[in-house]
Amino acid sequence: MRIELVKRPQRSALFSMLSPFIAFALTIIAGAIMFALLGVNPLDAFNIYFIQPISEVWQLHELAIKAAPLILIAVGLSVCYKANIWNIGAEGQFIFGAIFGSIIPVLFPQFEGPLVIPLMLLLGMVGGAFYASIPAFLKTRFSTNEILTSLMLVYVAQLFLDWLVRGPWRDPQGHGFPQTIQFGDWAVLPQLMPDAGRANWGFVFALVAAVAIWLMMSRMLKGFEVRVLGSSPRAGRFAGFGFNRMVFFTFLLSGALAGLAGISEVSGAIGQLQPVISPGYGFTAIIVAFLGRLNPLGIVAAGLVLALTYLGGEAVQSALGISDKVARVFQGMLLFFVLGCDTLIHYRIRLIGMALTKGTAKLEAAPKLGEAR
Amino acid sequence: MGGTVSANHDRANLLEVRGLTKIFGTLTACDHIDLNIAKGEIHALLGENGAGKSTLVKMLFGSLEPNSGEIFWDGKPVKITSPGVAKKLGIGMVFQHFSLFEALTAAENIALSLNDGSPISTIAAKARALSFSYGLPLDPDSLVGDLSVGERQRIEIIRCLLQTPQLIILDEPTSVLTPQEADKLFETLERLRSEGKSILYISHRLEEVKRICDRATVLRHGKVVGHCNPREETAASLARMMVGSEVKAVVRAPAEGIETAPALLEIRGLSRKPATPFAIPLKNINLTVRAGEVIGIAGVAGNGQGEFFESVSGEVLQQDAGSVRIRGKDAGAISITGRRLMGAAFVPEERLGHGAAPRMKLSENLLLSRHATDGKAFVGSGGMVKNGSVYSAAQRIITAMDVRKSAPDPEAAALSGGNLQKFIVGRELDRKPSVMIVNQPTWGVDAGAAAHIRQALIELARSGSAVLVISQDLDELFELSDAIAVMHNGELSKPLPIAEATFEKIGLLMGGAEPGHAEHGMEVA
Repeated sequence: MRIELVKRPQRSALFSMLSPFIAFALTIIAGAIMFALLGVNPLDAFNIYFIQPISEVWQLHELAIKAAPLILIAVGLSVCYKANIWNIGAEGQFIFGAIFGSIIPVLFPQFEGPLVIPLMLLLGMVGGAFYASIPAFLKTRFSTNEILTSLMLVYVAQLFLDWLVRGPWRDPQGHGFPQTIQFGDWAVLPQLMPDAGRANWGFVFALVAAVAIWLMMSRMLKGFEVRVLGSSPRAGRFAGFGFNRMVFFTFLLSGALAGLAGISEVSGAIGQLQPVISPGYGFTAIIVAFLGRLNPLGIVAAGLVLALTYLGGEAVQSALGISDKVARVFQGMLLFFVLGCDTLIHYRIRLIGMALTKGTAKLEAAPKLGEAR
Repeated sequence: MGGTVSANHDRANLLEVRGLTKIFGTLTACDHIDLNIAKGEIHALLGENGAGKSTLVKMLFGSLEPNSGEIFWDGKPVKITSPGVAKKLGIGMVFQHFSLFEALTAAENIALSLNDGSPISTIAAKARALSFSYGLPLDPDSLVGDLSVGERQRIEIIRCLLQTPQLIILDEPTSVLTPQEADKLFETLERLRSEGKSILYISHRLEEVKRICDRATVLRHGKVVGHCNPREETAASLARMMVGSEVKAVVRAPAEGIETAPALLEIRGLSRKPATPFAIPLKNINLTVRAGEVIGIAGVAGNGQGEFFESVSGEVLQQDAGSVRIRGKDAGAISITGRRLMGAAFVPEERLGHGAAPRMKLSENLLLSRHATDGKAFVGSGGMVKNGSVYSAAQRIITAMDVRKSAPDPEAAALSGGNLQKFIVGRELDRKPSVMIVNQPTWGVDAGAAAHIRQALIELARSGSAVLVISQDLDELFELSDAIAVMHNGELSKPLPIAEATFEKIGLLMGGAEPGHAEHGMEVA
């Protein structure tokens, strides 16, 4: 028995749209099996995992805090992936955005006023874009594989941040804890509705970015350029679009958005730099981008779903004593099922029996074609 | 179809096909095909592109599985499930697109496909002996990358003959040969026939089918529309069977006053180093195309035409800005977009993936080559695309070129080759470019669409534009051109005015006779 994937002549538009929902349903089923194996009633677990974390208003604010970086990063990545350029290093660009943006509150804490936040955000975007320009340069200059270089630079960024907060940027009054000083009041990203919950302007940035990128991809010549170069590079060259220019454009754009997410997270939710500032937003955003069909508006919805897996992970840990790594399991299953569904939309499975293979060996014994069919 | 088996009943059938059907999704590529090939005959399989010839042949060679129907080999029912089975039966195939490793020698390539463990030196000796005895001399130790397309085809043929097949299938073998090389091939085929071997000869060139084939089976839209003896038919009657209707002849009014017309495209000493180890370098190419004329560039595939097109279109820039001049201005250092803005338009050889993005709509594919030249009409302030005006312009082109399609604005890949080509050519004609450069304008296009495209190109020239056509199809170039130049090994001959050009002269130049010495070469031949 052999299994073959046969390309479908026509992709079903309906199932392309349904695929994220089917993937979500499959994730729930697999999750139920996992909870049952852990000895927990799946219904109780799902209640704690998916329902309780969003049953009160302040919890929705927490959801927005988690969703904002995911959406910001994923929207940028979607442009890369549409162009068939594979930036896997958003986590590192997120960290460098946070570091660059923190230059003002950490090194110049005496600089105060309404200009501080815009400057920090701008520096954050510059930092992310700068860090993303490294794999872009390596790709255009030396034809390196950007998947490898961007991924490996994540670890460089993580270690660089670790060194900064333990070394030169450590708070001298911090009792030796590896962290910078607390940001001053002017350097904290304001909350949207301080009375209701903690959600800050980062979520607004995410929504604005999603709409802007959606407009660019669907209505503007630049978006057309991205799609042409992504789907048929040779036709793109014939159109006069430069591939190297596109590599830089997508890396700088996605890097800047990841950097913005980084500085928003640090200045809005954390308030200082620490050795670890992200629970893997840069990687989870890859799942968000695909779950959202690489469509910025779909990404907003997908970002909220993935944010919930983080909150649910924390909830089951405190309520049931299950490791919060369960969040990673859910995220992994979701990506697996989305990619699986997408594959089956493009291809169908054909089973090829042994009988046929045997027939090729013994020609004389081969049955008539009409009978075989 | 019923009474067609009778034609050659005196000889036993080597291969009999009954009711062979292949369905791809909603398309029936082969619809109950009946075909008989007798021992010792050259049987032509005629049909336009998309008629189902390749599908049928792939089923006979085991690379496609039929949905229904029967195949009899020597009177016995067989099931050909893979090319290996076909080879064992005694069916050999020479494909239109070769599958050879350029970095290996001819003998190594042959050894790879024989796969019987005999040493390379034995295979080389066998191949050498066989190639000389059939009049297709071949040096088995030469690197494939160094060989011409015609020589590569010989490797394929020798490789096929080494397996001592009873039936040899040749798919459009002369499309890559000069007329003289084709003559040699025909001698070989006749020799094989005299040895009792059968040949299935796929072609759309009617003259050669009339010349060497004993019988012909004609396909149209996946069905057999007739069997005939091509020697009793005329080229016109065969064409009618293939196309199903009369094909309008192309009209070319004589060009007048060309000598004094301004030169719109000038190529001065254009050279280019090979970009890859097996690319063809361009050597000091000079050519002038004036307003009102069509210049044709003939040549066997792979002699630098692709490299030449890239250089002239600006997909690849030149170091010497003066080596390409458009409307009297240096363009060598200007990008393809810049050259379009100077008034030039380009149609590349490959339709899907080069001239058009397959998964994009026709209107988007219009934007592909015209986003800069029609910037004001198609792109608004802030880089927003004006979808409405792009859509209506696409519809205008679709009407003007009679593009047949199944939806108002389908994806490029959903169109047949001919219809997509009409759209791609129409997309450029719609701009009324003053310089038009077309590579293989009607490659794989049905006869009706081809005539339409050729006529449109001639009319563009007569309205005052300079048109440069690169083609492997000599018939096409003789129909279109006011003068024909030949590209061989990266060099371009002087254009021969159409009144002086003959198939013979052009063929010799295609084979590499010294440019400008065609007359002398002929005497030798």
